[in-house]
Amino acid sequence: MADASTEIRNYTINFGPQHPAAHGVLRLVLELDGEVIVRADPHVGLLHRGTEKLAETRTFLQSVPYMDRLDYMSMMQNEHAYCMAIEKLLGIEVPERAQYIRVMFDEITRILNHLLWLGTHALDIGAMTVFIYAFREREDLMDMYEAVTGARMHAAYYRPGGVYRDLPDTMPQYEVVHRKNAADLRRMNANRQGSVLDFIEDFSKRFFDRVDEYETLLTDNRIWKQRTVGIGVVTPDRAKALGFTGPMLRGSGIVWDLRRMQPYAVYDKLDFEIPIGRTGDSYDRYLVRMEEMRQSNRIIGQCVNWLKADSARGAGPVIVENHKVAPPKREAMKSNMEELIHHFKLFTEGMHVPEGECYAAVEHSKGEFGVYLVSDGANKPYRLKLRAPGFSHLAGLDEMSRGHMIADVVAIIGTLDIVFGDIDR
Amino acid sequence: MPLSPEVLLLRVHDALGDSILNSKIAQGQVTIEVEPADWLTVCTTLRDTPALAFDLMIDLCGVDYSAWKDGNWEGRRFAVVLHLLSVRRNHRLRVRTFCSDDELPILPTLMDVWPAVNWFEREAFDLFGIVFDGHPDLRRILTDYGFIGHPFRKDFPVSGHVEMRYDPELKRVIYQPVSIEPREITPRIVREDTYGAG
Repeated sequence: MADASTEIRNYTINFGPQHPAAHGVLRLVLELDGEVIVRADPHVGLLHRGTEKLAETRTFLQSVPYMDRLDYMSMMQNEHAYCMAIEKLLGIEVPERAQYIRVMFDEITRILNHLLWLGTHALDIGAMTVFIYAFREREDLMDMYEAVTGARMHAAYYRPGGVYRDLPDTMPQYEVVHRKNAADLRRMNANRQGSVLDFIEDFSKRFFDRVDEYETLLTDNRIWKQRTVGIGVVTPDRAKALGFTGPMLRGSGIVWDLRRMQPYAVYDKLDFEIPIGRTGDSYDRYLVRMEEMRQSNRIIGQCVNWLKADSARGAGPVIVENHKVAPPKREAMKSNMEELIHHFKLFTEGMHVPEGECYAAVEHSKGEFGVYLVSDGANKPYRLKLRAPGFSHLAGLDEMSRGHMIADVVAIIGTLDIVFGDIDR
Repeated sequence: MPLSPEVLLLRVHDALGDSILNSKIAQGQVTIEVEPADWLTVCTTLRDTPALAFDLMIDLCGVDYSAWKDGNWEGRRFAVVLHLLSVRRNHRLRVRTFCSDDELPILPTLMDVWPAVNWFEREAFDLFGIVFDGHPDLRRILTDYGFIGHPFRKDFPVSGHVEMRYDPELKRVIYQPVSIEPREITPRIVREDTYGAG
């Protein structure tokens, strides 16, 4: 028979690894006092594939597709950081057209990522509709990926020295299926008549309205605010101490964006603003990300204009001419022995990156994604360290969720915007 | 705009003085190397010196130098590399230290300087076996529960030592020695500097 002096023990529960709100394979051990979180201990590594070790056994070019599979929601941005690290060590300049294409696709990727985050975050908290709306636009964005690279997600489009190929002149169209009548087909293909750039331009024109549409669903929604305002508050000093970057840092009111502070590619020539939050809660981070989508869309518009103007004056190259780094043109390879040798050497032995080390970082959708590359002059990296933004953010989960109710953990995981591909690497 | 690397290095020299073993500027990035004994004081100084103000710990990782240029490495084996960022002053720094003992690499933890190193130190411990003295919770983080060895060391094969499968007779998952042979499709080559020059 229990008396008043009976020991009261906290309750420990397992959250995941198979939980729809865990955003992948997160096993979270929660220590609860009633319904209040006393301690949250995330167990990560269930998706650890050893990308960094694998990269040590492959040539520099062979590791590009691995980058897509890190943060599998912001594929091209990962590739960008990896290619930038190699380019820095090699000391090569990327052609301007390639830089604009990269920036445009970085921002397309950012919208892709934020739409998924928005959809799943809202779904976790109980709003189903936003998810469907967000995925409608994601479909168009993935069509852009597919038109340019042939893959909807894992593109392997950026290569050291530029991008794999220029943007195609036609946009793939929907084909006749027995369920669709001719009028439907014409409507669906209406914005696919021109080039890929035309399709992207059409998207960027209508996307501002779409963001407003998402906002009507959530921003003033009473339930949404009840679930996010005041949840997971991080002060600016704590955000820095915990190593937060990206929207997590900006949500706490710190103006920090690598695209502006340490510009790479052509971000210094583009006009955009950096939204910041005020209180550092989940709701502010939501507002920051929504505004980031608008700003990304602005950047896409500017890139489309530049690329169209560049096409009009005879498009420049999209990858360097240095055949120790980038393959020669197919026609040249078929007719010229020198080019054939370059092609063969590049795809068998691979490129040799000079001895040295460097760190390249991009403003990834989730924060600062960095690649620390150490080369001893071989055709493979000596050590590749991938600095994943989500790794620091998830480490902060314990501190952010203490004292909150168990249902709020889901909201905090949502606001962290974590993807296990890059946390576990 | 960020400081020029030369000016940053001067300021780091002013703050740290003789603690810097050597320093280098390459690709516009500043690297300093310090002794493991100075690790904690150097990092605290880097954070607290107002002219440097490294308030954000970006990355901490281990590097195993034993296979450098096909095993031509003289010196200590395990390095810990720290990447720092100053949000306030907008500059970056890379700090490296070589652990003094190759058999049992130990460094003091930086948990009190930047709490963000928590998981990064766990990761370096897990993958390289570098022990961070004073870390409150130095568990493995990325590898499996009950994993043996430190997989990112250069003497650890890519295919690992054990594989896992379901045993229908025992009706549970078992570990057994790997049955695949590691193979290398493209050999690793370090060319001499003049290679391909003509």
